[in-house]
Amino acid sequence: MPVITYREALNQALREEMARDDRVFLMGEEVGVYNGAYKVSKGLLEEFGEMRVVDTPITELGFAGVGVGAAMVGLRPIIEFMTWNFALLAIDQIVNAAAKMLYMSGGQYPMPMVFRGPNGAALQLSAQHSQAFESWLAHIPGLKVVTPGTPYDAKGLLKAAIRDDNPVIMLEGEMLYNNKGEVPEEEYIIPIGKAELKREGDHCSIITNGKMALVAMKAADQLAQEGIRVDVVDLRTVRPMDVEAIATSVRKTNRAVVLEEGWELAGIGAQVVDYVQRECFDHLDAPVVRVHQVDVPMPYAKALEKAAKPDLGKTIAAVKKVMYLE
Amino acid sequence: MAAKKKSDSAKLPGDAELRRELLHSMLLQRRFEEKVGEAYALGKIGGFCHLYIGQEAVSTGVLSMLRPDDYVITTYRDHGQALARGMTPRAIMAELFGRIDGCSRGKGGSMHLFDRNLNFLGGHGIVGGHVPVAAGVGFAIKYRGGDQVIVCFMGESVVNTGAFHEALNMAALWKLPCIFIIENNKYGMGTAVERAAAIQDLSRRADSYDGMDGEHVDGQDVFAVRDAMERALEISRRESKPVLLEIRTYRYMGHSMSDAVSGTYRTKAELDEYLKRDPINLLKARMMDAGDLTDADVAQMEQEIKAVVQDSWDFADASPEPPLEALYEDVLVDTTS
Repeated sequence: MPVITYREALNQALREEMARDDRVFLMGEEVGVYNGAYKVSKGLLEEFGEMRVVDTPITELGFAGVGVGAAMVGLRPIIEFMTWNFALLAIDQIVNAAAKMLYMSGGQYPMPMVFRGPNGAALQLSAQHSQAFESWLAHIPGLKVVTPGTPYDAKGLLKAAIRDDNPVIMLEGEMLYNNKGEVPEEEYIIPIGKAELKREGDHCSIITNGKMALVAMKAADQLAQEGIRVDVVDLRTVRPMDVEAIATSVRKTNRAVVLEEGWELAGIGAQVVDYVQRECFDHLDAPVVRVHQVDVPMPYAKALEKAAKPDLGKTIAAVKKVMYLE
Repeated sequence: MAAKKKSDSAKLPGDAELRRELLHSMLLQRRFEEKVGEAYALGKIGGFCHLYIGQEAVSTGVLSMLRPDDYVITTYRDHGQALARGMTPRAIMAELFGRIDGCSRGKGGSMHLFDRNLNFLGGHGIVGGHVPVAAGVGFAIKYRGGDQVIVCFMGESVVNTGAFHEALNMAALWKLPCIFIIENNKYGMGTAVERAAAIQDLSRRADSYDGMDGEHVDGQDVFAVRDAMERALEISRRESKPVLLEIRTYRYMGHSMSDAVSGTYRTKAELDEYLKRDPINLLKARMMDAGDLTDADVAQMEQEIKAVVQDSWDFADASPEPPLEALYEDVLVDTTS
């Protein structure tokens, strides 16, 4: 099976879906002539022309709204944000317009569109460029939110998102774009709302999503060497959430660590813990432990940044804690 | 005598039938909204409710110039435009009553009237938020190579938002067939335009964008509105370019139902002055002068409209509340393409 980068996987998904359906277009800052701020859209302008690969001014609120309007009248826009941090300028269009249009029109206006871009922290980008927005966006009915961690998931979920007739948020990761993984040549779609068991074990579950799925897999591999067998449930989609996958794993392992990139309070992990207590109360052998960013804006200095982020060491420690090993 | 009437009449734009339709459209909006006020007072209508009374020449003037395949998008003050676009009083009143037969099945209410069959893309509740959406519709028209236009109504307070400028910039940059209509009714809620905008000729906002025409128009004169729209359409439809019209009007009611008509931020004297240029009275007077219309004609029209409006009330009152299952409907569609 070909091994390609997460970036190439996204590029393939865009190319295939744009070739498949001429209502699909890509719009955002630097997506065309520059080939994408992170080169995700490389070659697409040349292939599809400037009506379908549209460079915009730096105007997130404006071009997100252009996407909303185009979707209302039957096009299928993919709106790229250079980062989700910038998408805060467009949150009115995402939350008040895209997520509400179908409902407040009594079902007359579906919104077949995708908002996508890198989410969460990279390296030393400090406070305004390092935020993970899963819980903000997953809070909103009327949206779907996908967070692929691997090239395989990125391609399959982006294709699903583009074909979905609802507004789909796709949270990618700047630190993921260079990661490589196997991606089959034949077409495949990953259904939105389905988690994947990325490691199997019976001692403890790590429930996670997005970039943190990679941390969880590493933790599982490392713990395996100590004889600790961990289930890694990669949610892949955080709205709707695959509660059944969470429950099945926790009922098997009786212990859970919830790992997320964002902050603790009202974080996506808080929702996971709620599902766990509702669905698996009688199965739990220990309180659930959460691993997340510490409750501060992201600092610039290396050591502080490392201390702020959830990581492998913190995840392993959390697993040992729920297993009463430390 | 008959000859004189004919010659006067000929000075008015359009034919007698069209003029009658314009008057009918405006009068229907007025009487419908008076009834809405009554229903609100009786608790039949809840939430926010913004009346359009006084601005009817704008909706009628603009929308009477459009084709059925053109698009319309507007703000939360949307009853007048919905009627002028051809939505039925029944569907609108039922929506205001929160009933299943409402145009948005009781999910939207006063601020969110939609009608896909009429390309009426909704009333929108966030000041400025719908202007980029209009640019997106313009983008889609261009993407498909069509010759429709999108008309985007907005209050004058919108011109100070970032969304407005972001949208106008892209519409001008990409040459999108968007007609942006500023309905300058002088007040953004209770804040006078002089206290909010660092420019008073709002049509000059167009000057910021190369290739965008802007003009201001007397919004109490339905013919002046139609003339301006004719020029705007010529540019927008034929050349695929955006146009900005500032249509100067006045709302005779408060901002919403909880707002006093006068006394806080505007005087009764000012209101009285604007009432002298009631768009409906102006049109009636001109038509009567021209011999188009008699008192008996007006009385007959009033009677017909009264019956239609009462019928919309009866219809809305009889329409069931949405069933509780509807709560979960239309959050998402379960289709893919």
